[in-house]
Amino acid sequence: MYNRSIMSLRIIVLAKQVPDTRNVGPDAMTPEGTVNRSTLPAIFNPEDMNALEQALRLKDEFPGSTVHVLTMGPARATDVIREGLFRGADGGYLLSDRAFAGADTLATSYALATAIRKIGIPDIVIGGRQAIDGDTAQVGPQVAQKLDLNQITYVNSIDEVKDGLITVTRHIDGGVEKVQAPLPILLTVNGDAAPCRPQNAKLVMKYKRATAPMERAEGMPYAEEYEKKPYLTVTQWTVADINGDYDQCGLAGSPTKVKAVQNIAFKAKESKTLAGSDEDINGLVQELLNEKIIG
Amino acid sequence: MANYYTDHPEIGFHLNHPEMKRVVDLREKDYADKDKYDYAPVDFEDAMENYRRVLEITGDVAANVIEPNSESVDLEGPHLENNRMIYASKTVENIEATRRAGLWGVSMPRRYGGLNLPNAVFSMLSEVISAADAGFQNIWSLQSCIDTLYEFGSEEQRQEFIPRVCEGAMMSMDLTEPDAGSDLQRVMLKATRDEENDCWRLNGVKRFITNGDSDIHLVLARSEEGTTDGRGLSMFIYDKRDGGVDVRHIEHKLGIHGSPTCELTYKNAKAQLCGNTRMGLIKYVMALMNGARLGIAAQSVGLSQEAYNEALSYANDRQQFGQKIVNFPAVYDMLSRMKAKLDAGRSLLYQTARYVDIYKCLEDIQRDRSLTAEEKQEMKKYQRLADAFTPVAKGMNSEYANQNAYDAVSVHGGSGFIMEYKSQRLMRDARIFSIYEGTTQLQVVAAIRYITNGTYLGIIKEMLEREVSEELRPLHSRVAAMVTLYEESIAHAKEAADQEMHDFLARRLYDMTAEIIMSLLILDDATRCPELFKKSAQVYVRMAEENVVGKAAYVRNFKAEDLADFRA
Repeated sequence: MYNRSIMSLRIIVLAKQVPDTRNVGPDAMTPEGTVNRSTLPAIFNPEDMNALEQALRLKDEFPGSTVHVLTMGPARATDVIREGLFRGADGGYLLSDRAFAGADTLATSYALATAIRKIGIPDIVIGGRQAIDGDTAQVGPQVAQKLDLNQITYVNSIDEVKDGLITVTRHIDGGVEKVQAPLPILLTVNGDAAPCRPQNAKLVMKYKRATAPMERAEGMPYAEEYEKKPYLTVTQWTVADINGDYDQCGLAGSPTKVKAVQNIAFKAKESKTLAGSDEDINGLVQELLNEKIIG
Repeated sequence: MANYYTDHPEIGFHLNHPEMKRVVDLREKDYADKDKYDYAPVDFEDAMENYRRVLEITGDVAANVIEPNSESVDLEGPHLENNRMIYASKTVENIEATRRAGLWGVSMPRRYGGLNLPNAVFSMLSEVISAADAGFQNIWSLQSCIDTLYEFGSEEQRQEFIPRVCEGAMMSMDLTEPDAGSDLQRVMLKATRDEENDCWRLNGVKRFITNGDSDIHLVLARSEEGTTDGRGLSMFIYDKRDGGVDVRHIEHKLGIHGSPTCELTYKNAKAQLCGNTRMGLIKYVMALMNGARLGIAAQSVGLSQEAYNEALSYANDRQQFGQKIVNFPAVYDMLSRMKAKLDAGRSLLYQTARYVDIYKCLEDIQRDRSLTAEEKQEMKKYQRLADAFTPVAKGMNSEYANQNAYDAVSVHGGSGFIMEYKSQRLMRDARIFSIYEGTTQLQVVAAIRYITNGTYLGIIKEMLEREVSEELRPLHSRVAAMVTLYEESIAHAKEAADQEMHDFLARRLYDMTAEIIMSLLILDDATRCPELFKKSAQVYVRMAEENVVGKAAYVRNFKAEDLADFRA
C-alpha cells in the first residue's frame, strides 16, 4: 500500500498543553505542594513542538500530506491546536469532557488511541518523548501498544520515508543509532531534534479565530464567520463522540494514585574551590570516581 | 520568552495611532479582499489584529533566532566562492526562519501573494529585525525594492517577480559604481538593446552593492549612448537565473558584517527594462531611494533601542563606589537622553511612514479609478509631507543611532571597548546608517527646500495648535519660543541671499527643524500616553531647546564673509 510513486502521508501529532515548568518562579508551588497553575503559563509541551516540526517537514517533502494535531484537555487546550495551525497543520481534534479529567498515562493513552481509531489509523502518529509536567514518557508507547502499531522512541530526526519504510536516527546512551521500520508507525521525538518553525504570518491571519465550539461565548465578535468558514471550527469530541468506555477514561480509568506531593527545595552543600592545577583536577576526578558519580 | 515587539510597548503605541484608521482604510480599499483571500481582514479592527500578530511573530523570530545568531554572523561574515557570495551560516538560518514565518513580500497586494502591509507596519517589522541584527535587516528589508517594481513595472513583470519575492527571493538595488557614489548621474554601466533576443544587455561594474548576489536586481544603467547625465539612465530588472553577473569582491567593512557588500561585474547580462527609458534616475531611483531611506530610519531606531537596552541593563548591573552606576547623575543623564532620542526619533519615523502610506495608497487607488477632488488634494498634501519628512527621519534617526551606540559604549566604561560586549558591535554597525542611502549631509540638501519654502513651518504651526495635557503646557510654551527663534533663523539666512552661506548654515536649520518637529511629536505622544512618554517629553524638549537656542545664536551672528574662516 505504500509503494505509491507520489506519496502523501497522513500524520497525527499528539500534543499536550502543560504548565511551563521551565520558568519556575518562587510562587510556582502552593503551600500545599501542588502546582500553582495561575503563576505558570500554559504552553505547548516543548518536545511535542519538536514532533510537530518533524511532521511538518514530512508535509513539506511530500506535498498532499496532512498533519492533524490531537490533544486532550480543557477548552483552553485548543491553544495547542491553534499553534499547530499557525505553523502549517491542517486541522486538529480536541478531546474535552469532564470524564477525561484526572487521567493517568493509561487513561490518557486509552482516550488518544480511541480517538485515533475514530479518525482512522494514519501513516504516522508522532509526539514528544515526554511532557514536562509528568515526565513519564509512557503515553506514546502505550498508544502504540493499544493501536498495535510499531514504535520508535527517542527520535532525533526522520531521515527517509520510502516504499512504506521509515528510517530515523534515534538517541541511545552514548550516541545515536539508525533504525528502519515499516509504516504505519508511532514515533516519539526528543528535545534535541530540530526546533519547531515559527508561526507563519498568513496562517495566523487565516486561523487566528479558529476555536473549538466550547470556547465560544454568546455575542462574541465575528461569530458570523464560523458559518462561512468551516476551517475556523476545531473538532471537539467527548467520550461519547469517540465511543469511549467511561470506565477506562479519566480518573475512573486511572490506577495510578498520587499518594503525596512533596515540595523539595534543593539546598547547596559546601562548595570546593579548585585551582587550575593538574593536581587539583586529578584529585577531583579521583573523588568523583570514588563516589561512583562518574566511571 | 523574549519578544522584540511585545517587550517594547512603544511600538504598539505607534501602531495604534489614530491616523492609522485612514491609512488602513485606504490600504485595504474598503476591505475588498475579504471574500477573496482567507487571510484578508474583514474590517479595520481585524486588520489591526493581523498587524499585531505579524509583529508578534517577527518579534519572536528576532529575539529567538536572529539575535542569538548575531554575534556569530558578525564574526563569520559572508565569503566569496567561485564568483558567488556565500552568506554566513547563521544568516542562512535567519533567512530560512523569516521565510517560514512568511515575512517576505509583505508590502505586496494579496493577488501576488503578499500581506498588503502598510509602510508604517513594514517599518515596525524593520525596526524589530534591526534591533536583533542590523546587518540582517539590510538583507531582509531590501525586499522593499519590489515596491518600485510594483509601481513602475508592467503587469507581466509584476506577475513574474512579485510572487517570487513573496516566497523569499532576495533583492538588491544596483546603483553605485566606482565613480558614481553620491553622484549617481555619473553611472556608466552600459545597457544595449539586443533586438534579436528581444531584451537588453548590461555590461560594466557596480560597486558597494548591498546583498549584491541576490535573486532579483534592480539596476541603474545608461541606455542612451552619448549621454553623460541622469537623463540617459534607465532602470532594468536582472534575474540571477539568467546569469551574466559575477561577484568579483566582497568588501571588508567596519560593521554590519552579515550584510554582504559586493562588487559586481556585468558581462552581457540579460535584463528587462522597467518602466520607460531615461526615467531610471530621475523618477524610479528617487522612489526607490525614498523607500530605502525610510528603511534606514527604521533600522536606526531598532539599533537605538538595542543600544539603550544594553546600556540600561549594564548600568543597573554594574556597581562602583558602592552603588549601581545607574544612580549617578552623569550616567542617568546619558541614559535619559538616549531614551528621549529613541522615543522622539521613533515618533518621527512613524509619522513619516503614515504620510508615505496615505500618499502611496491614494496613488495606488488612482491606478484603478480616478480620485475625487478631495482625494487628489489629500494625496498632494501627503506626498509633499512624505517628501519633506523622509530626509529628516533618515538623517536624524541615523545620527541618533550613532549617538546612542556611542553612549552605550560610554555607559559600559572599559567593558564597552571589549569585543565580547555587544555595544561595540552596535557602534560599528550604526556607523554606516548616516552614510548609505544618502549621507546626512545629502539629507540636508534634500530637506533644505522645504525649510525655505515653509513646508515644515506650516506643519509645525499646525502641530503647535494641538492640545497638550495640563502638565505639559510649560514645555509646550518653550517649544513655541523655539519656533520663533527658528523663524528668525530662516529669515536671517534668506536675507543674506548668499548661496554658499545658505548651504553652510543648512545643517543647523535642518537640525532645528527636526528637533522642533520631534519636540511637538513627543509632546503629542506624552499627552496621549504619559506612562510611556512623559519622561522622554521632559528630557527631549529641554535637549532640543539647548540645541535650538545655540543654533539660533550661531545663525543670527553669522555673516557671509565669515565663510572665509571656515574654508579648508
